[in-house]
Amino acid sequence: MKYVDYERPTSLKSALDILSEKGDVTKVLAGGTDILVKLRVRREQPDLLMDSKEIPELNELSFNPDTGLTIGAAVPLYKLYADADVKKHYPALVDSTTIIGGIPIQGRATLGGNLCNAAPSADAIPTLIVLGATATIQSSGNTREVSVSEFCTGPGSNVLKSNEILVTINVPAPADNSAAHYMRFIPRNEMDIAVVGVGSYVKLNASGDKFESVNVSLASVAPTPLNVTEISEFLSGKDVNDENIEKAGQLAKEASKPISDMRGTAEYRQHLCSVLTKRSINKSIERIKGA
Amino acid sequence: MSKKVHVQTKINGEDVEFLCEPRQSLLECLRDVIGMTGTKEGCNDGNCGACTVILEGRTVTSCLVLGVEVDGKELTTIEGIADGDKLHPIQTAFLENAALQCGICTPGFIIATKSLLDHNPDPSEYEIRWWLANNLCRCTGYDKIVRAVQDSAKKIKAQAGG
Repeated sequence: MKYVDYERPTSLKSALDILSEKGDVTKVLAGGTDILVKLRVRREQPDLLMDSKEIPELNELSFNPDTGLTIGAAVPLYKLYADADVKKHYPALVDSTTIIGGIPIQGRATLGGNLCNAAPSADAIPTLIVLGATATIQSSGNTREVSVSEFCTGPGSNVLKSNEILVTINVPAPADNSAAHYMRFIPRNEMDIAVVGVGSYVKLNASGDKFESVNVSLASVAPTPLNVTEISEFLSGKDVNDENIEKAGQLAKEASKPISDMRGTAEYRQHLCSVLTKRSINKSIERIKGA
Repeated sequence: MSKKVHVQTKINGEDVEFLCEPRQSLLECLRDVIGMTGTKEGCNDGNCGACTVILEGRTVTSCLVLGVEVDGKELTTIEGIADGDKLHPIQTAFLENAALQCGICTPGFIIATKSLLDHNPDPSEYEIRWWLANNLCRCTGYDKIVRAVQDSAKKIKAQAGG
């Protein structure tokens, strides 16, 4: 690792001052489980690492039944998935965050870091997309809100400008008759990177026999986590039956643009998109009916 | 060139101060700066778990933590597990169950086991394998390690009961 300076601001204002002055040569450090590996192999070579873990705003974790869940960008995964409100209202976030790395990684890694790292295979991003989450981004004198579905711009790149920091991720309050689910395929049982990952969100009508809205997002099949809007358009208003869910799987397969690599061929990944999309939608429906 | 930073921390209950460059990992600081070589280096990228330590009550791979990040924090390393010359029940269980061969992964496994049993004194085999998935052993094939963890839980419970 090349020489690097380190600062640990204890207020958002001082963090933003640092980024205003030298954001172009600074990397923001949260859990460090991705960035320290990148620094070590010199894929990133900042002059300054700015540790964000002592900034109060980035440590918020709060749930409001009207406005939803606010997750500070530096909240470690183990705190998130152990939170009673997250477990109760957002089980899909638990699906995602309990399979990122192993226990020691979850002791450091953050949801904000998983998002900013913008890996096509990130397990948490499809879940955030289908839940309709937004990212609150700040710079000195400016705050903006970006939909998570538009946050990633390519493998490892995102919409953040050099003077900006991700402050919180905001997930809307859960609607009645709705649930979400995330699953991935890996050849092992744990500690692996998704060959394909699928997040789904389903909202049914009051009698539970028609889809009101469905969102599906895929990991590891495109340069960024993929939001399959074709499924949302197709399933909205349709009957809940195997035929329609089968068609949704087909739409996921058609929307995917996978590459072949060591984890799987493009053809295999497309097949997985179809299978996992059906399973995940069915799991979301099970969650609605079980509640 | 960056300057060295002064870090104050508590390791195994004792106050420890050291100087390090910001780029140095906690693992490097433990081994090369402080001279505590019980924590081992394996992959140096978070996969193998040989460098596992407990930081503020959570297991972490010390290769993915910077030395400067532990300023003001508390750590437990393998050196803090035994009570003087008296082995911890987890260490005894690993020996009795032959849960090690070359031994490089063992400090990480013992730390991870300690943390598991602190959080969950009576884990199922599935929970043990899940919790220890971030620790790799190339010698034993894991079955003996799982049995050692089960035995550790029994020993700790017997000790608390007796």
